[in-house]
Amino acid sequence: MVKPHGGRLANRFLSKRPIDKFKDEADEFIKIPINKETHIELENIAIGTFSPLEGYMAQNDFESVLDTNRLPTGLAWTIPIVFDVTEKQAKLLEKEIELALTYQGEIVALLKVEDIFNPDKKYWAKAVFNTTDIEHPGVSRLYSRNNILLGGTIDLLKRPEAPFSQYRLTPKETRVLFKAKGWRTIVGFQTRNAPHIGHEYVQKTALTFVDGIFINPVIGKKKTGDFKDEVILKSYQTLIDHYYLKERAVLVTLLTEMRYAGPKEAIFHAIMRKNYGCSHFIIGRDHAGVGNYYPPFAAQDIFEEFPDLGIVPLFFKSFSRCTKCGSVVNEKICPHSPEFHINFSGTQIRNMLIQGKHPPEEQMRPEVSDIILQHENPFVE
Amino acid sequence: MSNNKKSVEISEHLYKLLKRKMNTNKFNSVDDYIEHILLQLYQAEGSEEIDPDEEEEIKKRLEQLGYL
Repeated sequence: MVKPHGGRLANRFLSKRPIDKFKDEADEFIKIPINKETHIELENIAIGTFSPLEGYMAQNDFESVLDTNRLPTGLAWTIPIVFDVTEKQAKLLEKEIELALTYQGEIVALLKVEDIFNPDKKYWAKAVFNTTDIEHPGVSRLYSRNNILLGGTIDLLKRPEAPFSQYRLTPKETRVLFKAKGWRTIVGFQTRNAPHIGHEYVQKTALTFVDGIFINPVIGKKKTGDFKDEVILKSYQTLIDHYYLKERAVLVTLLTEMRYAGPKEAIFHAIMRKNYGCSHFIIGRDHAGVGNYYPPFAAQDIFEEFPDLGIVPLFFKSFSRCTKCGSVVNEKICPHSPEFHINFSGTQIRNMLIQGKHPPEEQMRPEVSDIILQHENPFVE
Repeated sequence: MSNNKKSVEISEHLYKLLKRKMNTNKFNSVDDYIEHILLQLYQAEGSEEIDPDEEEEIKKRLEQLGYL
């Protein structure tokens, strides 16, 4: 099976110090409250989804990522993983101090402060998002952060509570799962949507050449109009139950926030799936993009810069139903002109679902649209 | 790493090939060269060791969740 990024899975669950003993010491810590998204990110560090990171980036890591798309060790990494504090909070801190991070009043993690620095937000935005436009949701989120960043290793005491626990596995668990299934080659598929026939075609085309598929929807904060998490999971489970070999497909959630960083995020998504044990990763059109900020295939082109990534990207450009071929096709296999092609339009499918109508079977499996239409409102309001 | 060594037999033909190659790769002995190659291969194949007891616990959880 493919090695984790950097060679080994990070494990930052607090294990060396007994938790009971730690609780006695709790009053001695400076405490910083965190939100749910930060708690989830802490978990991703602790369970190894962000391997080889063992904490938040120090200034040299941060600058190396912005300047070279690599960690100082030379290992590919494109998205800064950072912890921000207010200037008032920073005044209480010094290097080597250990902070207690609290969620809803409870200490959930420790952060050993190894660096305190001021990032240049404009440079940061341009390097990661290739724009400083505040209308870009990733840039907007970046600018809403506090001005001081803390770098340092973390220890997680408590995992965040999250829905759909039956679909929640750690990279260590997926690796045991793949091994138990006898899979050596696994293709990862990232999604934020309920599946239509086009998605199924891409997945099954990729699956033909590997041992198994790891369908890994991103769960968490969503934009208005996106499918609700519950709808995505139920519709995928239905698709797998009816149209996939159970021994060839697994459905597992990924709790993380979307950055909408297009090509840079595509590399980051591939690294996370490598840590889960995937040998291959599907990259489609405008992966992790938003609006018109990135050329449609920038998220594929960027992989040329990372021949050492350790996970094989599988690129799909366009796919449609060809009325002449009588099947789903892509630009490499169908000789017929566009008049014979019916594109899979997410917007069109969505509009039909909003009206309570079943999309045509050529566009979406009826079992899937049944599940979606069982929800009064399948979309985020 | 332990200095204890175990013997593994390889064909004479392969031994000769490796001996020729070891000189260009600046190894002192065929043994060292083979150990280096095998270690690299082992790491590339995934050397992530999981404690067998922990692996069993994970498998039980995976069974309960319906993955296995």
